[in-house]
Amino acid sequence: MHNRLSESWRQLIGFAPRKPDAGQQQTEARVIHRTKREDKTRIEAFKAHRADIVRSTQWRNRRWAVLIATNLLFVLSFWLDIQLLEGSLTASRFLGFHMIDLNAALQVALAHKHIPINLIIGTVTIFLFWALLGGRAFCSWVCPYHLLAEWTERLHLYLAERKLVSDHTFHRGLRSVLWLLFAALALISGYTVFETLSPTGILSRALIYGPGLGLAWVVLLLLFEVAYSRRAWCRYFCPVGLTYGAVGSISPLQIGYHLDSCFHEGDCRKVCLVPHVLDCVIKGRASDTHVNIGADCTRCGLCVDTCPTGSLRFEVRGLQNLL
Amino acid sequence: MAKPSERRRFLRTGLGLAALLGASGIAWLPTPAASANRLRPPGALEEQDFLSACIKCGQCVQVCPVSALKLADLGDGYGIGVPYIDARAQACDFSCDAVQCILACPTGALTYHKPADLPVRAGMPVAAPPVLLAKKKDPEPTLNLKERMGVAQLTRPELCLARQGKGHTGPAREAGFTGMMRFMSVDRWKPIPLNEHAFAVEICDLCVRTCPIEGAIRLIPLADGKMTPEVLEPCLGCGVCEMACPTEPAAITILPRQGWPHA
Repeated sequence: MHNRLSESWRQLIGFAPRKPDAGQQQTEARVIHRTKREDKTRIEAFKAHRADIVRSTQWRNRRWAVLIATNLLFVLSFWLDIQLLEGSLTASRFLGFHMIDLNAALQVALAHKHIPINLIIGTVTIFLFWALLGGRAFCSWVCPYHLLAEWTERLHLYLAERKLVSDHTFHRGLRSVLWLLFAALALISGYTVFETLSPTGILSRALIYGPGLGLAWVVLLLLFEVAYSRRAWCRYFCPVGLTYGAVGSISPLQIGYHLDSCFHEGDCRKVCLVPHVLDCVIKGRASDTHVNIGADCTRCGLCVDTCPTGSLRFEVRGLQNLL
Repeated sequence: MAKPSERRRFLRTGLGLAALLGASGIAWLPTPAASANRLRPPGALEEQDFLSACIKCGQCVQVCPVSALKLADLGDGYGIGVPYIDARAQACDFSCDAVQCILACPTGALTYHKPADLPVRAGMPVAAPPVLLAKKKDPEPTLNLKERMGVAQLTRPELCLARQGKGHTGPAREAGFTGMMRFMSVDRWKPIPLNEHAFAVEICDLCVRTCPIEGAIRLIPLADGKMTPEVLEPCLGCGVCEMACPTEPAAITILPRQGWPHA
């Protein structure tokens, strides 16, 4: 358990996943790894069905609905003056109760060096909320940039398939370096520098208070992702993702991987925003028959939708044992 | 040795880092608009602290009954998403009574209770709690504001109608002006478009007439029987006089974030 958490954090800050030593693998998992290929009839049976399996869009649809509804609630609360969810994604009030984005709160605390009580209340509320609901689930279930990037990602993949563009990867440690640098910049300059560039804040404000020049920066980011590097902002740059990822490392809401039923075809890794968290699905890598996917996972559910064998599932840690 | 592809990725990552940090420099872009001295909402901390503390959520924008608060854009340089008031277009007329934007602010960037270790500039504190004329008959007629937002000044005396001995009839501003204001004679809780109110004065005193604060401005006679507005110490710099001034451009304007000159 302790090892798994530290491995999860290592991956979160940018290290490549480590292959587990044979000694670290549970006996049961070792047996499955060894004997899986021997059951030829099971593999043949699966292959025969493979073409008939329709990829589900269940979780994606639910997620898009939640993301759009949340952002719409912000917009309508202001436009119709119904005061359900006032403010924007950086800070808001839900029925009068303070909610403050963890990264924005950090920037303000470092820049201003005063922490008023409302900032504490709002930050603790949001911390508990996402600690329960899976940290980076904020990214895929709430952040409006994530949705736009998801759509333009299709364009990137379409063009990449036709060899018109190719994906250039960055070192994932970049995000951690940027997190530290923007924290240092806020502390030293006394100004929340990152907020100038955060497409999350820019988009949220543009939706609620009307469009502005800031949208040009968002378009530039999307173009960069289409033409040069797939999902670059969410994968390598955005410090907000790191903040929420850290919170999600202790979250009971996780994607669970079940080794037994997996055929190691790797479809999940192709659709995943953060494929390093799915390292355990590679043949021979899983250290146990059941693995909780790491902190960097955005709980977007694309892998759950994609997996033809149901080996990846949404799970609530602890609850499974109780039931 | 690292493979060439890994070296390239390392280089790319370095460039990505430099590019984003470079882009963050846009925060300091010395655009012409950024150098403009913006009027901040009531209760705002001193500019540097205000910019640090503002979380750019716009809750202050949402609660303002006259939509006086606007959020700065990327091209406005230092302070994207930070609220300001363009008094000529829409002044803060305190029609919310309680100064709602201060109550809405989650980070204390707008505050009734400034932390003791934050600076207070000379001329910024008001001598006495400002009396809001609209609350004159309430048990507590004052606004809980200790510092002003700025101060009004007759910056273009040559345009002032009163100084020319002229009056004013009809709406305060040009046709198509959309600014809102509360008139106690109409509805205490429902501001109306300023231009829906028709004025008819023999000597123009719109700045005095519309001022929401007691004793902040008065009309005094000049030698030749003409008049001139005189701004007094209780002025909070809310900008209503600038909004209501019928000349174009306004004869009286707000000096944002400036203290009372005779402090």
